[in-house]
Amino acid sequence: MRPINEMTLTFPARSVNEGFARLAAAAFAAQLDPTMDELGDIKTVISEAVTNCIVHAYPDTLGAVRMRCRIYPDGRFEATVADSGVGIADIEKAREPMFSTGGAERSGMGFTIMESFADSFTVRSRPGKGTTVRFTKRISPRAKK
Amino acid sequence: MDVKIERLRESLKISLKGELDQHEARGVLMRFGELESQALPARCVLDLSALGFTDSSGIAVLLGLERRVRDAGGELTVVNIPPQARRVFDAAGLSRVMRFE
Repeated sequence: MRPINEMTLTFPARSVNEGFARLAAAAFAAQLDPTMDELGDIKTVISEAVTNCIVHAYPDTLGAVRMRCRIYPDGRFEATVADSGVGIADIEKAREPMFSTGGAERSGMGFTIMESFADSFTVRSRPGKGTTVRFTKRISPRAKK
Repeated sequence: MDVKIERLRESLKISLKGELDQHEARGVLMRFGELESQALPARCVLDLSALGFTDSSGIAVLLGLERRVRDAGGELTVVNIPPQARRVFDAAGLSRVMRFE
C-alpha cells in the first residue's frame, strides 16, 4: 500500500530534540484525526526511539537522527527512527525489561514501552552501522464532527 | 520542566509541570537530590496534575524519588496522574511498587 503522505526530518542527536521530534510526529499524525490517547501513544514511542539514538548511538560524536513518518489510506501511521551509530550487539538483551546501559535517569523500560504502545514494532541493528526502529499505530476512524 | 517543592506543616508536596523526558529527567533528579533526607516529612506527595507528557524517563524519576523518601523513613504517594503518564507507568508495573491515588 502506498502512503498518502510522508515527511522526513534529520536532526542532530541532541536531547533538546526529543521534544521537537515527538511534537513534529504528532503534528503530522494529526491529519488522521487521532484521539488524545492515540496521539499520546505515538508521542511516547517517538520519544523512546529518539532518546535511544541520543543516549546510546553516538558515545563520542554528535551524529544524525533521521525520522520518517508516513500515513496510509487505511488509517495507519508509520514511523521509522534511524541512526548511523554504534548499533546494538544483542537486541534480545536490549529489549529485556529493566536492562539498561544508561545512567540513573534511565529505567531500562524504553523497548518495553515501545512494544506495548505500538501496534507493530521492529528493531534492526548492525554493530558499527546503526539502528533503525520502525513502528505502526492504527488510528481508529471517527465520525466527522 | 518546572519542579515545585512545598514544605507543608506535616508533609512535603512536589509538583511537576511540563513534559518529562530524558532531556529534563537529569535536572528533576538533581532537584530531588537537594532534598535533605533528615528533613523529609513522613508523608510526601507527588502531584502530576500538570504533567503534560512523560516517557520511560518518568519511571526512573518516580523510582528515584520513592527510594529517597523510603530511605528517609517516609512514604510517597503519587496523585493526579494524567492518562498518558498512567499508561507509561502501568506498562512498567509501577503501581505494584509505589502508592498511586
